[in-house]
Amino acid sequence: MSNPVETESLPDQRFRERFPLLALLIERMLLSLLLLVAVSVLIFGGVEALPGDFATTYLGQSATPQAVANIRAELGLDRPVVSRYFEWLAGAFQGDFGTSWASRNSVSEQVGNRLGNSLFLAGFAAVISVPLAVGLGMLSVHFRNRMPDKIINVISLAAISLPEFFIGYLLILYFAVNFGVATFPATVYEGMGFIERLKAIALPTATLVLVVLAHMMRMTRAAILSVMSSAYMETAELKGLSAFRAIVKHAAPNALAPIINVVALNLAYLVVGVVVVEVVFVYPGMGQYMVDAVTVRDMPVVQACGLIFAAVYIFLNMLADILAIVANPRLRHPR
Amino acid sequence: MPELLSVRNLKIEATSYPPGEPPKCITIVDGVSFDLQKGKVLGLIGESGAGKSTIGLSALAYGRGGAEITGGEVSLNGTNILALGKTGIRKVRGAHVCYVAQSAAAAFNPAHRLGDQVIEASVKHGLMTKDEARKRALYLFRVLGLPNPETFGDRFPHQVSGGQLQRAMTAMALCPNPELIVFDEPTTALDVTTQIDVLAAIKHAIEETDTAALYITHDLAVVAQISDDIMVLRYGKTVEYGSVQQIIEAPTQDYTRALVNVRQTAREEAPDQSQALLKVDNVSAQYSNGFKVLHGVSLHLCKGQTLAIVGESGSGKSTLARVITGLLPPSDGNITFEGKALTPELKRRPRDELRRIQLIYQMADTAMNPRQTVRDIIGRPLTFYYGLRGAAKTARVKELLEQIEMSNGFIDRYPAELSGGQKQRVAIARALAAKPELILCDEPTSALDPLVAEGILKLLMKLQTESQLSYVFITHDIAIVRAIADSVAVMHRGRLVRFGPKSQALSPPFDDYTDLLLKSVPEMELGWLERVLTSRRMASAGN
Repeated sequence: MSNPVETESLPDQRFRERFPLLALLIERMLLSLLLLVAVSVLIFGGVEALPGDFATTYLGQSATPQAVANIRAELGLDRPVVSRYFEWLAGAFQGDFGTSWASRNSVSEQVGNRLGNSLFLAGFAAVISVPLAVGLGMLSVHFRNRMPDKIINVISLAAISLPEFFIGYLLILYFAVNFGVATFPATVYEGMGFIERLKAIALPTATLVLVVLAHMMRMTRAAILSVMSSAYMETAELKGLSAFRAIVKHAAPNALAPIINVVALNLAYLVVGVVVVEVVFVYPGMGQYMVDAVTVRDMPVVQACGLIFAAVYIFLNMLADILAIVANPRLRHPR
Repeated sequence: MPELLSVRNLKIEATSYPPGEPPKCITIVDGVSFDLQKGKVLGLIGESGAGKSTIGLSALAYGRGGAEITGGEVSLNGTNILALGKTGIRKVRGAHVCYVAQSAAAAFNPAHRLGDQVIEASVKHGLMTKDEARKRALYLFRVLGLPNPETFGDRFPHQVSGGQLQRAMTAMALCPNPELIVFDEPTTALDVTTQIDVLAAIKHAIEETDTAALYITHDLAVVAQISDDIMVLRYGKTVEYGSVQQIIEAPTQDYTRALVNVRQTAREEAPDQSQALLKVDNVSAQYSNGFKVLHGVSLHLCKGQTLAIVGESGSGKSTLARVITGLLPPSDGNITFEGKALTPELKRRPRDELRRIQLIYQMADTAMNPRQTVRDIIGRPLTFYYGLRGAAKTARVKELLEQIEMSNGFIDRYPAELSGGQKQRVAIARALAAKPELILCDEPTSALDPLVAEGILKLLMKLQTESQLSYVFITHDIAIVRAIADSVAVMHRGRLVRFGPKSQALSPPFDDYTDLLLKSVPEMELGWLERVLTSRRMASAGN
C-alpha cells in the first residue's frame, strides 16, 4: 500500500497491528479499571457531600458541640477529605472497607454474608431467565408475526412496563396472601437447607425474572432475525443444507455476540436491581443492608455497597464487551 | 442432445405491501421459456427489475424475498424440480445446481474459514469425503488462479480481497461437480482490472469442468464474452432470445439494438484547454490517523469543460473531490478557483464560495431526505443562497424541473415515489438551483441501468452547453470518459498517473497502468476476452 517510511510507527502502534485482539482486550480492561476508580471518587464525594452527619444523628438530643467533636475525632472525620479517600480506596482494594459506624463491626464481614445472599438470588433468577428468554426468543422467531409471537411480545412488554416493586406486591398479594402457596417475607438464615432457601426466594426470583425477561427475549429475537435475513443464510439454503444445520452452523455463531451482550447487561441489571426487590421482600441481601445503612447515615457501609454494586456492574459490562470482541472473527483473525 | 435445463412458461409472482394500500400481487416473470444443454452458457440480460435474477434462482426452485413460482415448469434432466418436496429440492440445491451471488462478501459466512465453506455442500450431500473435497477445492483454487492455493482455504472471508472472494465463491459452486451453475452478476461489484481476471477464471473453469451455466448480468459486453446464447429480458418478459452472434451483430428488436448501441454518443474535446477555472496544484491529503491518501496531485479544468477522473476503488478519485469541496482539507498544496485560492476548510468557506461548487452523488437515494418533497429538496438551496420563498420559490422550482426534463406534476412527490433516474435528475436540479459554476459529479450514473444512465449523461451535456457549466466527473467507466470528457486524469493508489486532453490521455504511448485499465474494459465484440488474454500471455512471455 504505502512505502516503508510511512509505515514506520511507534512501538505501541506496532503492537496494535500485530496483536489487535490482545491490544483491544487490554485497552478494554484498563478502561474498566479507570471507570471503577472514577466511580469510587463519585461515591466518596457524593457521600461526603450529603447534608447532615452521623455524629448529630447518632447523638440526637445530647448533641453538644463537644460530644459531636469527640465522635468526629474518633471516626477520623476531622482529617482532610483527600487523605481519607485514599486510605479508604487502598483499604477497599485489599478487601477492607473499614468498620461500620453504627454497629462497630467489620463492614467486609457483613458484606461478605449479604453479598452471598444477593448473588444467590440474582444467580438463581439468571439461571431461570436466560434460557427462558433465549428459548422464547427462538420460539417467537419461529412463529414470526403469528399468534404465539404476538402473545409472547405483549406479555413480556407488559411485564417490563410494570415497576419491579409493583410486580413484587402483586405476587405477594396473589401467591402469599390469597392462595398462600408462597412464603413471605423471604427470610433466609445461616444453616438453612438448599430446598428451603429456594422456597423462600421463589417470589423475589419470579419478580426479577419477569423484569429482565422481556428485554433479553426481544434482543434475542432481533439478533436472530437479523442474522437469518443475511445473504450467507441464503447461501446456506441454496447449498441444500438442512434448516437445522443452517441454524446451528451458520446462524448461531453470528447471533451469539449480540445475545451474549444483552444477557450480560441484564445480569448486571439483576445484581443492581435486586436492591428494590430485596427491600420489598425483606430479604437479607446487599440491597437491604445498604438501605438500612442509609437511614442511619452509616457511611462506610453505604460506600462499600455502592462500590461493590458499581464493580459488579462494570465487571459484567466488561465481560460482555470482551466476549463480543472475542466472538468477532475479524478481530480474532486479523488480516 | 437431451436438454439439461428446460424452462417452460415460467411465471413468478410476489406480493407487495404499498403503505396505506391493500396488498398487491405483482408479476415479476411472465411466460419465459428457454433450454440449456450440457456444457453451454446462456446469458440473461436486462435492466434492474427485468426479472433476470428471479429466473436464475428458479433453476434452484427458490424464490427470494417473497417471490413465488406460480406457473410453468422447470425441468432438470427431465424432472420437474418445482414439483419436488422440501427434502427433494434440497438434494438438488448445492449438488446438481449451484449459485454464485453478486456480492460474495455478503454471501460468505464471516464466522467460518473459506475452505470449510467451499467444501461444505459436497461433503454434506455425501458426494465426496472431506479429504476428496479438500483436494478438489485445492484444484479449483489453482484453476481459478487464487494466490497460495494450498493455504487459501485457511483464510476467513475478511482476509481476502473482493476479487478473490468472487473466485472463491465460484470454486464453492464448482466443488460438488454440479451440472449447472447460476452466476448472478458475479463481476458487477468489481473493478474493471479485477473483473477481467475473474471473468477469465470463470470462463476457464466452466470449460475445464464442462459445466453448464446461466450467466446473469446487465452488461451486454460482459455476457458476449462468456455465453453461447443470450436472452434479453424486460419487465419480466423475453424481448429477444438467440445466439450471441445474432444478438450482438443482428439484433431484431429495438430494445436490444438500444442496448447494443448504448454510448455511441461521443463528443469532440474542446480545442482550447489553457484557461483554468479550477486549478489543483501539488495537492496531498491524509486522514487524521496519518494515512496518506493523495500524493502531490496537480491538474486543472477550464470553464465550460468536463474533466473526467478515472480510477479503481481506492485510487483516491473520490478523495480528490472531497478535498476540492473542503470536506477533507489538503495537507499540502493549494487549490485555486478563478484565480483565487479556495478556503481549505468547508466550515470556513464563505457562502458564495460554497454556492459556486455543487455536488452530485452516486446514490441519489441516500443524498436526499426521504421525508421531503421534490419542492423542498430543490427549494432548499434557493432559500439558502437566494432567499427565495413562497410563489417565487415555486416558480423557480418549476423552471428547474423543466430544465431537467421533468413535468410540474413531480413537485409534490417524495423520493420514494421516483425512479432511480428521476431521483438523480432531482439531485441535478438541486445542484443547479445554486447556479454553480462547477459541479462535482461522483459516479452519478454507475448505480443506474445503461439506458437510464445515457439519459442522465445527455442531460448533463445539454445543461453544460446551455449554461457554461464545468464538470469534474468521477467515474470508473472508460466508455463514459470517451463520451463526455474534454480532459482526463487517471488516478492509481492516490497518485495521478496521467493527465491531459482526452485525445492525448487516451492514446498511446501509455504508461503501464493506463494500458492495463484501458485493455480491461469489456468491448461489445465477440472474442474480445480471448484476444486480450492472448496478448497478455504473449507480453508476459516476451518479458
